[in-house]
Amino acid sequence: MLGKTAGSLFWMARYLERSENNARLIDAGFRIALTRSQTAPAEWRSILETAGVDQAFLATHDDYSSARVVDFLLRDPANPSSILSIVKHARDNARTARTALTREVWEAVNTSWMTLTDLLKRPVREDDLPDVLAAIRQQSAQVRGALTGTMLRNDGYNFARLGTFLERADNTARILDVKYYLLLPSVAHIGTSIDNVQWETILRSVSAHRAYRWLYGAEISALKIAEFLILYGQMPRSLAFCCAKMQDNLAWLQRGYGEETEAGRMADALCRQKLAGPIQAIFDGGLHEYLTDFLSANSALAMQIERDYRFVE
Amino acid sequence: MMTGDGGTRPPYREYCEWFDAEDAQRIQRKTQQAEAFFRTTGITFNVYGEADADERLIPFDVVPRIIAAGEWRRLSRGIEQRVRALNAFLYDIYHRQEILRAGRVPTALIARNDAFLPMMMGMDPPGGVYTHISGIDIVRTGADEFYVLEDNARTPSGVSYMLENRETMLQMFPELFAKVPVREVGDYPINLLKSLSACAPPMCGGTPTVAVLTPGIHNSAYFEHSFLADQMGAELVEGHDLRVVDGRVAMRTTQGYRAIDVLYRRVDDDFLDPLNFRPDSMLGVPGIWDVYRAGGITIANAPGTGIADDKALYSYMPDIIEFYTGEKALLPNVPTWRCSEPEHLREVLDRLPELVVKEVHGSGGYGMLVGPTASRKEIAAFRAKLEANPGNYIAQPTLSLSTVPIFTKKGLAPRHVDLRPFVLMSPQGITITPGGLTRVAMTRGSLVVNSSQGGGTKDTWVLED
Repeated sequence: MLGKTAGSLFWMARYLERSENNARLIDAGFRIALTRSQTAPAEWRSILETAGVDQAFLATHDDYSSARVVDFLLRDPANPSSILSIVKHARDNARTARTALTREVWEAVNTSWMTLTDLLKRPVREDDLPDVLAAIRQQSAQVRGALTGTMLRNDGYNFARLGTFLERADNTARILDVKYYLLLPSVAHIGTSIDNVQWETILRSVSAHRAYRWLYGAEISALKIAEFLILYGQMPRSLAFCCAKMQDNLAWLQRGYGEETEAGRMADALCRQKLAGPIQAIFDGGLHEYLTDFLSANSALAMQIERDYRFVE
Repeated sequence: MMTGDGGTRPPYREYCEWFDAEDAQRIQRKTQQAEAFFRTTGITFNVYGEADADERLIPFDVVPRIIAAGEWRRLSRGIEQRVRALNAFLYDIYHRQEILRAGRVPTALIARNDAFLPMMMGMDPPGGVYTHISGIDIVRTGADEFYVLEDNARTPSGVSYMLENRETMLQMFPELFAKVPVREVGDYPINLLKSLSACAPPMCGGTPTVAVLTPGIHNSAYFEHSFLADQMGAELVEGHDLRVVDGRVAMRTTQGYRAIDVLYRRVDDDFLDPLNFRPDSMLGVPGIWDVYRAGGITIANAPGTGIADDKALYSYMPDIIEFYTGEKALLPNVPTWRCSEPEHLREVLDRLPELVVKEVHGSGGYGMLVGPTASRKEIAAFRAKLEANPGNYIAQPTLSLSTVPIFTKKGLAPRHVDLRPFVLMSPQGITITPGGLTRVAMTRGSLVVNSSQGGGTKDTWVLED
């Protein structure tokens, strides 16, 4: 497989994952904006930070009004991470990697681009937003379905999966990091009433509020939430889950190519050093420091994959 | 489709029976479905110079163009003869130039032609093949009259439309194919792979590695490039995927550089090698030329083949065919005036309103004058251009092109068409896919079928014997 093709599959998957993550973030922010208008600006700001576009937003806006943030996140051409830009990038990568995709996957990506470009032609009215966000998630699910249902389990598939999990781990870690102060046990210790809505926002932005209840019941604690999103291996958006998957994908590639790589070693180290737990140890060392470390290890891994598998010259 | 006296021509009989029994609304619905199918599949093309319309669909018409078995036999014999002559001509002008010595083609036409590549002099392309893939444009003017309109040996495009049009028809009207015996076209990609593989260079050891070279996703024909690579199971490469490693052209794979044996390039000669041709080219591979000379790679079509597309040279094709095959051309040329010749020019200037005038290096329907449909102002403007640089033009009579029906909201309506059969050549022989791409002028009365000018396409059926 061409290095460029592997790179395009990897990035196609990253962008598709990102569009879904951003849709979920918008959804969570929108809920806050509807229910507690006074905290909405702060919430939108942390969402823009999570998406890494806070600075870009401030360059052209001077307040965090819901309508403007939502439009920026969905459609603004000045935002390289707007849903519209991301879906276009995903499709361009799919076109470049066209020969490595099944017809079904290509058509799903292409249809998703057509559908969303059409839906986002004009600013989305507040009452249409839930439908639009649902459509974004649905398009993403369709691509995922085509990918798992029709692709050979070969190197190309593994590169696409690597992109998915790398992006997802990055997203979950960012969500936690932007809100880490809410998770500091000291906050609870001081005796302030736990801000249930804020907790729920965090869980909701990774589609895990229901799963959390199933698992932990009504007990809401900072430690439990952090454990759930960082260490719980059955939760498909947890750091532990994503890293284990990346480890598998890299193991497959090393086996398939008969060549051990630095990226493989880095993924092993990441799992061993960062995800062994227990959660108390992570808190003792500082949650923010932990997440900063994780994010930089994760992006170093991305760059190493790019080098080891010759995505670019 | 119709005979002179209003009857249905025999090859259309079965189709017409089916059509008459069909509900027009159902066909209308199918037409819309076809459009959606093309969009989802991404069978689009980019129009240069149009910022907004990034990607467009080529209009597809659901009524097939049908060619009888006997008609096709005659056509394909003529096409084969022509392609053999073209290849022999290219070999000759890049070697001893016998045809120039014999005075059958003027030397100036070659020597002063930008498409002539002096670097190819004395080069023997692997297998002696220059025109691995060519498309011969044919028009019909009467029941038994076919003319060759032009030869496309540089980089003929459109074959993906031939294949996807058939695929679309099969999906929309499967019952038709049970009723009418239509010859297959779907084996084109595998024939292409076989044909290219049969031209492997001397340094190739084992099964040849074939790759398609594309300028990238922004090229107007990118869909076709990826389609053909995909169908052949070949890699689709861009210039930046390639470099010369150990005397071979190699592609950067996830496991290191791997040599390519046959490169089906869809970039022009000028862009192939920035070291040896255009230094500003980002599309090619520095040093590929030296590898080519040393027998390390096959480039298809061979560099320098584009000269065969020259429209001034076209007017000599009957002589060229006779010179190399010893036979008269089976398919006639359209009579052509070469404006470089003073008497020809005078006649052309006298008769401008009734002629079609084309640039000798032009393609895609750009820069041409269609006298009968042009305004007086357009004709005057063109006259000035023509007088300023007559050598740049040829002229042809407006042919009364045959029409075939298209499906419109008001029922069937006649439109002008041409036909581009695709021809593969290797040392093992010539393969012509039955049929080809039928392009159709979608506007009533129009003679311009180019997709860049709003032309459409339709499926082409060659009937079984």
